[in-house]
Amino acid sequence: MHPVIQVVGVRKTYGATVAVDEVSFEVKDGEIFGLIGPNGAGKTTTMECIEGLRKPDRGAISVLGLDPFRDVYKLQDRIGVQLQQAQLQKRIKVWEAVDLWASLYQKKAIDAERLLEQLGLTEKRDTWFMNLSGGQKQRLFIALALINDPEVVFLDELTTGLDPQSRRAIWELVRGIRERGKTVFLTTHLMEEVERLCDRVAIIEHGRIIDIDRPENLVRRHCPERTVILATDDSVAEERFRAIPRVEAVTRSDSQFTIRGRGDDLVTEVIHCLSENRIRVTDFRTILPNLEDVFLKLTGHSIRD
Amino acid sequence: MMLRGLWKLTWIELKIFLREPLGAFGTIVIPVLVFLVVGRILGRGLAPSALAANTFIGVGLPVLASVLIAVSSVLSLVTIISIYREGGILKRLRATPLRPQTILSAHVIVKLLLTAATLALMLLAGKRYYPVGVHAPLFEFTIALLISTWSILSIGFLIASIVPTARFAQPIGAFIMYPMIAFSGLFTPVESLPPALQAMARVVPLTYAVSLLEGIWKGDAWSSHLGDVAALVLVFVICTAVSAKVFRWE
Repeated sequence: MHPVIQVVGVRKTYGATVAVDEVSFEVKDGEIFGLIGPNGAGKTTTMECIEGLRKPDRGAISVLGLDPFRDVYKLQDRIGVQLQQAQLQKRIKVWEAVDLWASLYQKKAIDAERLLEQLGLTEKRDTWFMNLSGGQKQRLFIALALINDPEVVFLDELTTGLDPQSRRAIWELVRGIRERGKTVFLTTHLMEEVERLCDRVAIIEHGRIIDIDRPENLVRRHCPERTVILATDDSVAEERFRAIPRVEAVTRSDSQFTIRGRGDDLVTEVIHCLSENRIRVTDFRTILPNLEDVFLKLTGHSIRD
Repeated sequence: MMLRGLWKLTWIELKIFLREPLGAFGTIVIPVLVFLVVGRILGRGLAPSALAANTFIGVGLPVLASVLIAVSSVLSLVTIISIYREGGILKRLRATPLRPQTILSAHVIVKLLLTAATLALMLLAGKRYYPVGVHAPLFEFTIALLISTWSILSIGFLIASIVPTARFAQPIGAFIMYPMIAFSGLFTPVESLPPALQAMARVVPLTYAVSLLEGIWKGDAWSSHLGDVAALVLVFVICTAVSAKVFRWE
């Protein structure tokens, strides 16, 4: 199937600053695709080029078969957009904003009242934008991004500045968007957001894409290290652990053992060893690397630095 | 295509403007107050015959108040546009099928509606409280004021294009607009100014607005003010063309 979004060799500079360079990727129909990187990595620039709000200096972009910059109005009609740090008129009411947005698209808008209800905004429909909480504003922006029943939804730093509870609620909403068959393209600097939401992710830094894959594949490829921590009083345990294939190091402090190795099978091997040797354990934990570790490994620093 | 969303956006922007605690007061009440209070003060102690002969009370002050209405519309537009830009509201509106010209047209229509409403209020209040009767052709004068406002609103867009932040919008706008009133021939006829100032008055767009408004107020025919109208249209065309080039959406 033809990809929904196709980006080939895009470069965009602001004066002497290269914001993005040689960026290429594809987003498939019906997936949640994430672009993750630290602030200033070029996420928003990339997204705004795809939305037709900026013209790349070089490269080609196609969204739903359209050239986003040349066919910007045709494209806007078929996509939904949530911008980073956007505001609305201070004194516009929630229902007025939704009503205005509903009138802007060729396609008949979806049922606005139901949308407000789904987003928990029914009670706030007569509230001015300036009097909404951060989470309510974000939910309103999601409503505006969905009002035209778009084929692709763009979400830029969707949950930045929200408390964990609002964040989880919004993740739930985004999964709901995918379940309705939409394609979602999002940017974030939160690893947890990617791990919870994204089918595939592109890691971007200094305007370049470092790697693209499913989150678990990225972890498997770049961080095969696995760690098992367990506690046992068995005197022969250490010796047995060292004999497990793939185990690279065993350290001990009192009755606690830390077993390090590589590959997905390590945990299974350890469990197998415990059961075969009838070793009694009083504690058992695994430490698996996550995207944070992948990022650290690929860039040499943490995403928050 | 261009019209999609225009009326709804205009209506919403109008409602939003009226919800501003000071917005409506500043643009609507102040010009009307200037008109009535200055008129009362100047008219105090003058005999009815002297009042009727006083050209400032008869023509100058109503035109000054009307120009103030237009200028405050422009300043309000400059402020709104720069706040909308700074807050990312313009950018958010652009990330829809809305055309840029639709967004800006909605603001122009709101300002013209408010200009007409303020003028109507001023004339109504004038019938009761102004020292001399208001005998101007009201419909023609309203049209003349709307043409003038529409023309100098384009200067507002130009100012809005160059002001760096919303905080500076109102002062910079005022710094550009108010001196224009001084040179516009409202207080001293352009012909009696020194040559250097005359030349200046000729390039100030407000001069043509004042000439048109004074003429129509006095009952001149439109045909004798085609030059003023042409100048105002020219100002609109030039300012719109320049701001289309330099306007920043974010």
